[in-house]
Amino acid sequence: MTDYSPSHAELSAGAPLWLLAELTYRCPLQCPYCSNPLDFAAQDHELTTQEWIDVLHQARAMGAVQMGFSGGEPLVRKDLEELVAEARQLGFYTNLITSGLGLDEARIQALRNAGLDHIQISLQAADSDMAGALAGSSKAHARKLAMARAVKDAGYPMVLNVVLHRHNIDQIDRIIELCVELGADAVELANCQLYGWAHLNRTGLLPSKAQLDAAEAATERWRERLAGEGNDMRLLFVVPDYYAERPKACMGGWGAIFMTVTPDGTVLPCHSARDLPMTFPTVREQALRSIWYDSFAFNRFRGEAWMPAPCRSCDERHKDYGGCRCQAFLLTGDPAATDPVCALSPDHGLIETAREEAAQDVRSVAQLTPRNARESKVFCRA
Amino acid sequence: MNENMIYGLRPGWRLQWEPAQQRHVLLYPEGMVQLNDSAGAILELIDGQRNVADLIAELQQRYPDAPSLGQDVREFLVEAEHKGWIRHD
Repeated sequence: MTDYSPSHAELSAGAPLWLLAELTYRCPLQCPYCSNPLDFAAQDHELTTQEWIDVLHQARAMGAVQMGFSGGEPLVRKDLEELVAEARQLGFYTNLITSGLGLDEARIQALRNAGLDHIQISLQAADSDMAGALAGSSKAHARKLAMARAVKDAGYPMVLNVVLHRHNIDQIDRIIELCVELGADAVELANCQLYGWAHLNRTGLLPSKAQLDAAEAATERWRERLAGEGNDMRLLFVVPDYYAERPKACMGGWGAIFMTVTPDGTVLPCHSARDLPMTFPTVREQALRSIWYDSFAFNRFRGEAWMPAPCRSCDERHKDYGGCRCQAFLLTGDPAATDPVCALSPDHGLIETAREEAAQDVRSVAQLTPRNARESKVFCRA
Repeated sequence: MNENMIYGLRPGWRLQWEPAQQRHVLLYPEGMVQLNDSAGAILELIDGQRNVADLIAELQQRYPDAPSLGQDVREFLVEAEHKGWIRHD
């Protein structure tokens, strides 16, 4: 292990506690709300097994302890079990974030043997018609349900994630009912965040306020019903940013606790930061430690010195850190602006306009732009 | 709670000493609890084998000068169970 003494920056910035390893942008599904970058098809030079192992060692030596294997679909990587085993042996708590496609009983057992701590499977909808229309595969839904059961049979808690938007949010009762039938231990009902492909499709995804209120109320009814039945399945409901009064404390602050390493080794302060007009360093050119502590990119929005008005004098700046930089950029064109989600932002009108635009969008699921390599190449050229 | 109860960590959760943080942490799916010294010392002995009486005896041996240790441990266990960190048989 490399010996080091803390640099000046290390005395002020904390260690990265969370590492998200986006192993690949390849994915058998094409969900129109994917948070991957639009031009993912241009980034096909994936890190090798050895390069990933080196990243794991570096991150762990810096103090990272939680880690997620994500993508794309991480199961596409044949070396996933090897990477999980290495991570677990280093002391990481290992989470696999997957569609469930590419999984079978043998692979679940292999991951279990490698020491994988946790699996989260995503569902698109309550039925295979809607799920198929969203993911571009008619068979995926049944496969996901089978794998959710297999994960539980292997001794893991069943944790399901359902991304909500206007096309499936009205199914909320049936979605929760399905999760109960499956025997889920926890369900995240997360309204989709509008980055990447989801931002491209945003007017066709954002639910109305009435849809959102109805879904939240339904979730609350289920919580009471489940508690009454002695079922301790947990339901987490995540409101879309565009209907919040205050911005989220995105990533616990820029470069505060979280880093993402993308398939080609680019290091980001969050998985959407590739949307920003900035250059981010890569592990192929620079040590992770120097990227985290010393790079311009990771220091750009660290702390409070960068903050504009009204954030800089706001009592809530320690709570929300000015909100999300990617959202500020996607909406205002300025990554250093106050997150327009905040009712105090001078650009808050953009959120109201976006909601109005969404109300005018009558596209069906099939008319949204699917997240696939063919569509992505359009953005590579642009 | 009675003295014969046997506590274990919640399934899938892990207690670990973190050299970088110089403390014990409790790791769970996509999250972490950062523990103070006494919480770390108690949770380290929660192994699904020892009962509460043995747990307190063991801690008393390690920390003979700690006042009201038994009471503190019992209160901690109740709180930790309430928070869902530990479960008893």
